[in-house]
Amino acid sequence: MLFIDTLVQGVLLGGLYALFAAGLSLVFGIMRLVNLAHGDLIVLAAYLMLLVVTVLGVSPFVALLICAPAMFALGWVLQRFVLNRVLGEDVLPPLLVTFGLSVVIQNSLLETASADSRRLPAGDLVNASLPLGPVNVGVMPLATFLSAVAVIMALQWIFFRTALGRRFRAVSDDPVTAGLMGIRPKSIFALATGIAMIVVTIAALYLGIRSNFDPAIGPARLIYAFEAVIIGGLGSIWGTLAGGIIIGVAQTFGAAVNPEWQILSGHLVFILVLLLRPRGLFPRAYD
Amino acid sequence: MTALLETGGLSAFYGDFQALFGIDLSLEPGDCMAIIGANGAGKTTLMRAIAGTVVRRTGQVSLSQRDIGGLAADQVAALGVAMVPEGRKLFPSLNVEENLLIGATVAQKGPWALAGIYDLFPVLREKRHAPATSLSGGQQQMVAIGRALMGNPRLLLCDEISLGLAPIVIKDIYAALPKIRAAGASVIVVEQDIGQALKVADHVHCMMEGRITLSGRPADLARDAIHDAYFGTVSAGTGHAVH
Amino acid sequence: MQGYVKTATRASRPFVLLLALVVIALALAPLWASRNTLQDLFFILTMLSLAQFWNLLAGYGGLVSIGQQAFVGLGAYAMFGAVILLGIGPIQAILLGGIAALALAIPTAFFAFRLQGAYFAVGTWVVAEVVRLCVSMWQAVGGGSGTSLPRDARDGLIGLDQIMALFSVRGAEARDIILYWLALCVTVATVLGLYAFLRTRSGLALSAVRDNIAAARSVGVRAEGMRWRVFLIAAFGTGIIGALIFLQNGRISPDAAFSVTDWTAFVFFIVIIGGIGTIEGPIIGVLVLFALQSAFAQFGAWYLVMLGLLAIGVTLFAPKGLWGLISARTGLSLFPVRRRLILSDPSEDKP
Repeated sequence: MLFIDTLVQGVLLGGLYALFAAGLSLVFGIMRLVNLAHGDLIVLAAYLMLLVVTVLGVSPFVALLICAPAMFALGWVLQRFVLNRVLGEDVLPPLLVTFGLSVVIQNSLLETASADSRRLPAGDLVNASLPLGPVNVGVMPLATFLSAVAVIMALQWIFFRTALGRRFRAVSDDPVTAGLMGIRPKSIFALATGIAMIVVTIAALYLGIRSNFDPAIGPARLIYAFEAVIIGGLGSIWGTLAGGIIIGVAQTFGAAVNPEWQILSGHLVFILVLLLRPRGLFPRAYD
Repeated sequence: MTALLETGGLSAFYGDFQALFGIDLSLEPGDCMAIIGANGAGKTTLMRAIAGTVVRRTGQVSLSQRDIGGLAADQVAALGVAMVPEGRKLFPSLNVEENLLIGATVAQKGPWALAGIYDLFPVLREKRHAPATSLSGGQQQMVAIGRALMGNPRLLLCDEISLGLAPIVIKDIYAALPKIRAAGASVIVVEQDIGQALKVADHVHCMMEGRITLSGRPADLARDAIHDAYFGTVSAGTGHAVH
Repeated sequence: MQGYVKTATRASRPFVLLLALVVIALALAPLWASRNTLQDLFFILTMLSLAQFWNLLAGYGGLVSIGQQAFVGLGAYAMFGAVILLGIGPIQAILLGGIAALALAIPTAFFAFRLQGAYFAVGTWVVAEVVRLCVSMWQAVGGGSGTSLPRDARDGLIGLDQIMALFSVRGAEARDIILYWLALCVTVATVLGLYAFLRTRSGLALSAVRDNIAAARSVGVRAEGMRWRVFLIAAFGTGIIGALIFLQNGRISPDAAFSVTDWTAFVFFIVIIGGIGTIEGPIIGVLVLFALQSAFAQFGAWYLVMLGLLAIGVTLFAPKGLWGLISARTGLSLFPVRRRLILSDPSEDKP
């Protein structure tokens, strides 16, 4: 009973981690870029929503609709004017720039929003739960998980069923030849990062409603997201969901044994998976 | 009649290495030009310099008297120049039909659409949902040509489309060329196979070490002169090439 | 045609003299510097050494680690553990800090070398988090809240009495002098050791790899052994410096010892702003960092924002850093690594 309960909670927590990871996975799949500021951008989006909620007095879900386009624009500008300049053979410059960006975002938030913990207000929803078979599940964790599945289905649909997705895949395969087809890879990259930032905003919504956040928590979210992406296999979006679930389940079981072990057991499972399956669980056939 | 494509003193560089030295070319609308030459003669670089994928180039390139020398590859493509790149360069993540569709990203108005490509290369219709890289070499070449045609280009650049293919397959592929020209595209083919080039082209240019060493109509060119221009040998008075 | 291989440049000869003078002046610092200045110099020297080891990893080895705080923290904790639990003298325990970091580096490398590029970076970070979380559960050294070095261990520093007598200072000042000298020794050894290593055959191969990514790939198989060597050397050195820094602090906690900001972000700014892949770069970088810190530290986090923006700007517009700009203008190379072939054939012997 306890086992099933822990398992279900872990799977649902995995949905949150998959949301953290989906944007990272998308960007990596298309341009082989790891954005070390990803976690901080999630936190930034949470603060942005808090600002909208506070100023306009709307619910966080309405704030999402306002903030998502803003975050899309931010991602587009960031890619177009900064990150595109450092893409290339050398992996160092993008790491340096995104790490620098991470420090900039964290400390800017620290100065403007203070180090206090904040939370997005969602009224009674936070504590609501409903019986699901033998266990009670929280409404918010369930909504998070379903949102993660929906986001991944949407990304999958864009990727494999639309003209834009075709361009994403073509540019990912071979940017030079894509250029011969009249596609400008750098514009495609800017769109991809913009879309990733919409996913980041959705992730920030659930992060902010379910738990407290402060400017310093970004890097830890990046690590969970990164672990989910690697466990799932680079560039596999469904694999990212599986990776998120594995981290989530590992953490809840760790926490069930000893609360101090929650985060640690997630990391250890990640290391274990990587030792056994260096390319993740669902690697792409080619790369 | 004004030239469709004109280059004047076109040079190209890879880093410090100069691969093209002042190429002057002119292609009339509707014509088919062949560029021949040995490996490393600069043929592919010339195609890349026209298409805009060479980073550093100097000199003039103009399309219908519009300067395209400073444009990026995607901008050149949008003006109606399509390339069948050397080695085909199909997108492995895309199936056959998606590869064709990606060619229509900046399509002009014109005769070519999916149905037309499938009529030109019927085998592709059967394989349209197969991953592009699962096809045979010849079929992949057909996809690459189809992909370029989907943009309804004014100018089609074909880089080494017979390389590595069996003679029978080469024949099939070249059989499509008259239909492509009839539909309105001007063509430049890059070939190592002299015979094939002479058969299809109105004009032939031979390249060696980044320069054009011989130009003319196929009928006007003596085999020995082509041989000399191709290999850089000096012919003796009797017409025998000296190796 | 005959020739010989030369690595010295015109600038490097007078520079050797200057360097020797600077080291001598620094060694005599307890005579001319106040206690505050000595502590500032300790900060500069230890940060410079950390930066040089990260530079060796990222700039020469292509191994961009953001988990070096694992080795700083573990080195420091091993030193504290050895002092508190085994009663070993703090200075001897510094060496144990280096050995502990080395021991951690072996499984870390085994794991992280499976990851390429950016994934290597985050992989090392995960390892650092694992070590931090494990150390937080180690109750003997204070668990999550940390602990202080026992008073008798701090007062039992080797040579403390002699220094107190020699400079006629109190215990705390004498301790600062000893630790400062240690930091100076470690830094000089780090810089000269790195220079000597880069001039060996394998060191030159590293520089070649850094200068040409395509070459790096083509020598990939051989580079594997090289990556191990670089990673282990950097871990050992970083562990030693970590132990030294926290011996000076006298207090340790997991958050301080495994801080990404202090031990990786600052180091990264020093190397990027100064010039990655050069020995001169981090020296300039650490001086710039110290100057900025002295001038702007009262602005708190805005100071870090500025540093981050500066690092982004440098990466975008001057990827070789300040030293790169200087050496491009002047042709200076103070630590010449590249060997130049000097031909003695008269016809070639033109200026």
